[in-house]
Amino acid sequence: MFWDTVGYIFIVVGVVFDLLGCVGLVRLPDVYNRLQAATKCVTLGTAFLLFGVFFIYGFSALGIKALLCALFVLISSPTGAHALARGSHKGGVKLWEGSVIDLYAEDSENK
Amino acid sequence: MKAIGEFIILFALWLLLTWSLAPAQVIAGAIVSALTVGLVGDIFLFKVGRAFNPVRIFWMLVYIPYLIWYIVLANLDVAYRVIHPDLPIRPGIVKIKTSLTTDMAKTFLANSITLTPGTLTVDIKGDELYVHWIYVRGKDVKEWTEHIAGRFEPILRRIFE
Repeated sequence: MFWDTVGYIFIVVGVVFDLLGCVGLVRLPDVYNRLQAATKCVTLGTAFLLFGVFFIYGFSALGIKALLCALFVLISSPTGAHALARGSHKGGVKLWEGSVIDLYAEDSENK
Repeated sequence: MKAIGEFIILFALWLLLTWSLAPAQVIAGAIVSALTVGLVGDIFLFKVGRAFNPVRIFWMLVYIPYLIWYIVLANLDVAYRVIHPDLPIRPGIVKIKTSLTTDMAKTFLANSITLTPGTLTVDIKGDELYVHWIYVRGKDVKEWTEHIAGRFEPILRRIFE
């Protein structure tokens, strides 16, 4: 009963973070900033959802799978964001005009 | 030796995923793990012997809650920026220098940076990481490195180097 409650709290927190990540995706100005929202809020939100499932089902087939999925999401999501950011930059997507610095572009031009 | 270590890790993962000791599952897992090691075992970067070193495992166990704590802080920070009416961001791509040398340590550093406050790794060239930062603070490479990587490097060095 106690662990069920903990699990539900985790799921609610996860959904809230997922929602905030989606709001960020809509509100932030360019690809890179949107990736920030997508990698942080959505990764943690999804991980929290899966942790919640683990707390409810405990050490059973379902609980362990949820735990491993959380681990995979935590590893693959930043890697995917990294690939997207690098690809966008190489593909010529400009930073938002309010950006203060872009050393990556400067260094690429000098070489 | 390397192949055996990889096989044990993959097989343990399989057992956890299926969560069953039925003979059919175990045999299928053994075959799949052996095939995977045979086909793509070469691209595994980590020296497998290190995965079973208790000191490194201890630091890994310290690192995980430490990282989760910073991930939660990161989320509150980004969430605050997202719901604030004025959208207080000051983004830019900065460069940091890492003192870590192995590929595995750099990979973990890059992923940790991506998961924590407002920072997203864009590219790695040698020992330099290009990081997109949602709110740039500081002026030169040294300050940026201290801000972004300073909190992870000491522990990562103990785990992977």
